[in-house]
Amino acid sequence: MIAVLGLVVGIVLGLVFQPDVPLGLEFYLPIAVVAALDAVFGALRAYLDGIFDDKVFVVSFVSNVLIAAGIVYLGDRLGVGGQLSTGVIVVLGIRIFTNVAAIRRHLFHA
Amino acid sequence: MPEPDEQQPEPSAPEPSEQSEQSEQSEQSEPSAPPVPSAPAESTAADRLRRALFQPSRKQVVAGVLLALLGFGAVTQVRMTGHDDTYAGLREQDLIDLLDGLAGARQRTEGEISRLEDVASGLRDDTTKRQTALDQADAEVDDLNILAGLVPVTGPGIRITITEDTGRVRLPSLLDTIEELRTVRAEAIAINGKVRVIAQTSFAETDGGFLVDGVRLEAPYVIDVIGEPSVLSSALTFALGPKKQVEDDGGHLEVRELRTVDIEAVTRRAEPRYAVPDQGQ
Repeated sequence: MIAVLGLVVGIVLGLVFQPDVPLGLEFYLPIAVVAALDAVFGALRAYLDGIFDDKVFVVSFVSNVLIAAGIVYLGDRLGVGGQLSTGVIVVLGIRIFTNVAAIRRHLFHA
Repeated sequence: MPEPDEQQPEPSAPEPSEQSEQSEQSEQSEPSAPPVPSAPAESTAADRLRRALFQPSRKQVVAGVLLALLGFGAVTQVRMTGHDDTYAGLREQDLIDLLDGLAGARQRTEGEISRLEDVASGLRDDTTKRQTALDQADAEVDDLNILAGLVPVTGPGIRITITEDTGRVRLPSLLDTIEELRTVRAEAIAINGKVRVIAQTSFAETDGGFLVDGVRLEAPYVIDVIGEPSVLSSALTFALGPKKQVEDDGGHLEVRELRTVDIEAVTRRAEPRYAVPDQGQ
């Protein structure tokens, strides 16, 4: 419940403050959001599996975001930023699908 | 009460520092695995979810904070994407690609433009060609109308007056006069302002005059001619020419060169009944 409330509060804050993303972080925010989504779905799945640990969640959340951003940054340095961010999105997308499939199986047995 | 319950599963899986990797592995073993664990897990999973919704815990606060962060970031990103202008978020390489694409498009467009301009000039040529042909045809129609005597004409020329003093002018004299005028390219001839002389004009002698194209004419005969005045007059007055012939007949031929001769007489258009254009020509 609190987690859901937290999500709502975050969305409301974002809508209220309408922050401007610094230009340097513009490429990383979407990747970071997708990476965080992956971590959240992974955590939800782990919760349903009964192996959820908040510490693990925090670590995986932060490290997911950092690694994703780091990969994109590295790609940008190497001149393949666009392709690498596409790759990261694809991989994270696949993982999200996998996690959601597991969650679905837990909840709907299908 | 529920908290210890919650924490027990965690030690039971102490090493999932790589939660997601674990989940991937379980996903890979999925085909055979799910039926067995899902049967006991189904109630527990649903229970856990229900419990999570109604019984707040410390973990939920942590998760809530992170989810708030996620929501904040997601909304920001959505908003950025929403009213971002097209090029602000692009990398240098993307911009270069974009420029290349634009240059290519421009090149193609320029090619298209030059092609269309060619077509346009071709069409203009065709139009001018057609216009020229029309103009030529118009001019030709005018020429033919004058030749056929279908329209009134005006221009420089001479006026011939033939009077009968002591005798009647014979038909050959009149015909010779006309023939001499034609020889020097008289462009239009009319007699007495009534009859236009053209290629088909007929001449016949009747009592007290001539029947020209069925119109009876009597002396004095006034012949209006359009052409080069000096040439026309000299064609009549040379030695043993028409002037001499008329005088032999007992008449008198007088020529006046005029700057403007108006010929109002026209012939009626006669549709050819027998002759048709030869298509083989």
